[in-house]
Amino acid sequence: MSSTPKIVNRREFLKASSGVALFIGVTGIMPQLISCKDTEGIKKQLQNYQLSAWVQISGNGEITIYNPAAEMGQGSMTSLPLIFAEEMDADWSKVKVAFSPQEVEIYGSEGWAPGSKLMFTVGSRSTKSFFPVMRKAGAQARYILMHNAAKYWDVPISELSSRKSFVLHQATNRKISYGDLAPILSMPKTLPNFTLEKLKQPRDFQLIGKTIPRTEIPSKVNGTAQFAIDIKLPNMVYGVLERGNLHAARPTLTNEKDIMAMDGIIKIVPFDYAIGVIAKTLEQALEAKKHLQITWSHSPAIGYNSQEIYPSYENIAGQKKSGKVIHQIGQVTTAKKLASKIYTADFKNDYVYHAQMEPLNAVVQISEDLKNAEVWVGSQQGVDPKLGVPQLLGIPHENVKINLQYLGGGFGRRSMNDFVVEATLLAKEVAPLPVKLIWTREDDLGYGMFRPLSLQRMAASIDKSGNLTSLSHYVVGDGGNLVASGAKNDHYDIPNQLVEWREVSHGIRVKHWRAVGHGPNKFAIECILDEIALGQGMDPIDIRRKLMMKSPKALATLEKAAEMAKWKEPAKEGRAKGVAFVEHGSLGTGICEISVDQNTGKIKVHNFWIALDAGIIVQPDNVKAQMEGGIIMGMSSVLYEQITIVNGRVQQSNFHDYQLLRMQDIPEHIETHLIASADTPEGVGETATPMVAGAIANAFLRLTGKPLRHLPFTPERVLEALNG
Amino acid sequence: MAKYTLEINNTRHDIEVGSGTSLLWVLREHLGLTGTKYGCGIAQCGACTIHIDNKPMKACVLQVDDFADGQKIKTIEGLSSKGDHPLQRAWIETQAPQCGYCQSGQIMQAAALLEENSNPSREEIKSYMNGILCRCGTYLRIIKAIELATDGKVEQG
Ligand code: FES
Ligand code: FES
Repeated sequence: MSSTPKIVNRREFLKASSGVALFIGVTGIMPQLISCKDTEGIKKQLQNYQLSAWVQISGNGEITIYNPAAEMGQGSMTSLPLIFAEEMDADWSKVKVAFSPQEVEIYGSEGWAPGSKLMFTVGSRSTKSFFPVMRKAGAQARYILMHNAAKYWDVPISELSSRKSFVLHQATNRKISYGDLAPILSMPKTLPNFTLEKLKQPRDFQLIGKTIPRTEIPSKVNGTAQFAIDIKLPNMVYGVLERGNLHAARPTLTNEKDIMAMDGIIKIVPFDYAIGVIAKTLEQALEAKKHLQITWSHSPAIGYNSQEIYPSYENIAGQKKSGKVIHQIGQVTTAKKLASKIYTADFKNDYVYHAQMEPLNAVVQISEDLKNAEVWVGSQQGVDPKLGVPQLLGIPHENVKINLQYLGGGFGRRSMNDFVVEATLLAKEVAPLPVKLIWTREDDLGYGMFRPLSLQRMAASIDKSGNLTSLSHYVVGDGGNLVASGAKNDHYDIPNQLVEWREVSHGIRVKHWRAVGHGPNKFAIECILDEIALGQGMDPIDIRRKLMMKSPKALATLEKAAEMAKWKEPAKEGRAKGVAFVEHGSLGTGICEISVDQNTGKIKVHNFWIALDAGIIVQPDNVKAQMEGGIIMGMSSVLYEQITIVNGRVQQSNFHDYQLLRMQDIPEHIETHLIASADTPEGVGETATPMVAGAIANAFLRLTGKPLRHLPFTPERVLEALNG
Repeated sequence: MAKYTLEINNTRHDIEVGSGTSLLWVLREHLGLTGTKYGCGIAQCGACTIHIDNKPMKACVLQVDDFADGQKIKTIEGLSSKGDHPLQRAWIETQAPQCGYCQSGQIMQAAALLEENSNPSREEIKSYMNGILCRCGTYLRIIKAIELATDGKVEQG
């Protein structure tokens, strides 16, 4: 294995004084060079944040590249700097990487609105949206080096080439390293605007597409990788909150005096929805939390019982009054009138919880005059790069410094920075003491934000010749896109389609959960297809092949997965295979092989095969890791995970009653094939997870002839299906 | 408050904390040994797995009072001097971690397994490692890493 670049923190970056810092604007602002000895100059530049500082070169050839995205295990700490290094022709073994400052104008990539800028690690957007940004900035860095080498040798720049941190002049057989150029760098008067055509061709890639170890992994095997929960500052105190398990209920504390009399208690801080305690040590804060006597007010969630809600959802799905139209092509009603057969089914899913392994936490320190704040946090960032802290304190953005740390899992939960707000409010009470806020696992779960419970009513019409002529898909649930994403079919050629969202609300906190609505919606779509296939006497691969004729890329994943899984060969005794297709930026077909214990109702997944088209693959091994992890998280949610609400109260509290998949239940193999492509990279973090429910249910249908239509597929539900 | 002397990674540490304090908070918040993680506090996730006299234990449910009599406590920071234990090298070789939060616990549990059984079968690995959760789903690579380390096939660091 080639050597792995080191991670440096920002302070080291500023301290490195042997070379020149290269500030390269991607916003069209001219780059500037500043001697590293001019620390004041650098500090000023960084404080002003008018130019971007993507890279630093030191005299010994070391190159530091910034990563603008959160690192939560998905590999951005490697993939984004690697894209930059590719265009810069940097010697990867001499590259260090560091988190960029949270300055969106400089380090953002295009957001949802054209021309907007965003630093937000969500929706599997990092590689896709930063691909052009990092390439252009890397190409600019290379150009500056070439320009200076040309001046140094007094030759035209067109005669120069570069490779592995060297500029080469072939005509005279000379070469000079980037490090040697560092002390003599000066800025060119103009900088070419690097359009896509001027960048490297994929066939010339030296780093992209190769098996390159992730930069931060060594620190993750020796305990040194730093998460926000690991931060310790001088005079730091600890904060905890009791939020109850009834969302939005207001607390009244009835034993304030007793609590204040406990060891180490510094302050009690009431919130609208919680009571906060600040103490000298974590154990003192937790001890006080245990003794808080709180009466809780009414909440909109009172009276809500999640497992009894489905009949009302069925009613809503059946109402004439239409909901919000999410997607519509053709005329579903007409198609249904002309149909020779209609297939209908309802699919359901219970709430699921993120269960990122690092409970939420943040460290915040606010200056005594309340004018400056510094935050240490594992966050997926946000629309506000300063995570809401400036507004909270009424101070300018530049007075807030965010120190991004590794995330012990995000999965969508850390794209909401409520825990940063809480930590800031606590820190304000004890400024200038830094406060470490920790959510216990019970807090993280009981006051969690869940993937909403929802119902999908599917109706498909088939004409005389057996063609699928229409599909209507009504989603009933809370949260708009949280339940509606993934309900639209872009790769199945169904002439008439209607997707509607029908709103409900129960006062339960809901949130994006890896792949968002894609999980439940792909489950419904993929299962109705197999139910149709069964009814029409078609093979599940064949029905999809027919629908994918106009989408060759999707079809290629289907064909490849079928080949990998040896679809046509009969399954082993007692086993069956099931297929599901998912688009989530990238396109993927997954096939699993399962068996079922008829006595216990336990489903065993033996194998998973995936064929994925994600455009250009920056880090192939890492993409495979994302597929493996995505399948396992999918299996966990599909087979075990379930949050239930009784009279508004969350019934689970920790991992003893919220079961996650453990090692004994993993498949023997998860095999991924990456389809070669020269298209722009697409996100891969959320494509595998939504395959799982459909693939398993479809395998179950083929094995037993019975459909599974309610997530999770607990043993009780499996037995019910078997006996039903 | 009471005084305790702990022997951690072959070093003596004197601390003063309340009696009954969890060993996990002592390690993490009082001594700064933050490689050992908090995940659940109720012995369900294994993120806090350490060795006590070479046996894997979940630090979150241990009280400091019971481990101040010269018991040898080992954390991820003390597993090897340079992060080059065969398991750590194998973990890098297979690129096992994703978010990384569970991995100290995984490695400490695996290290204890290899102390007991230098050549575990796949089933033995799964059953021994079953108590350590990984939300990122890195289990397959963890198994691969353990098998690599036991095969002695891991690259020399
Ligand atoms: S924190 Fe100790 S087992 Fe989870
Ligand atoms: S690597 Fe993230 S929990 Fe295991």
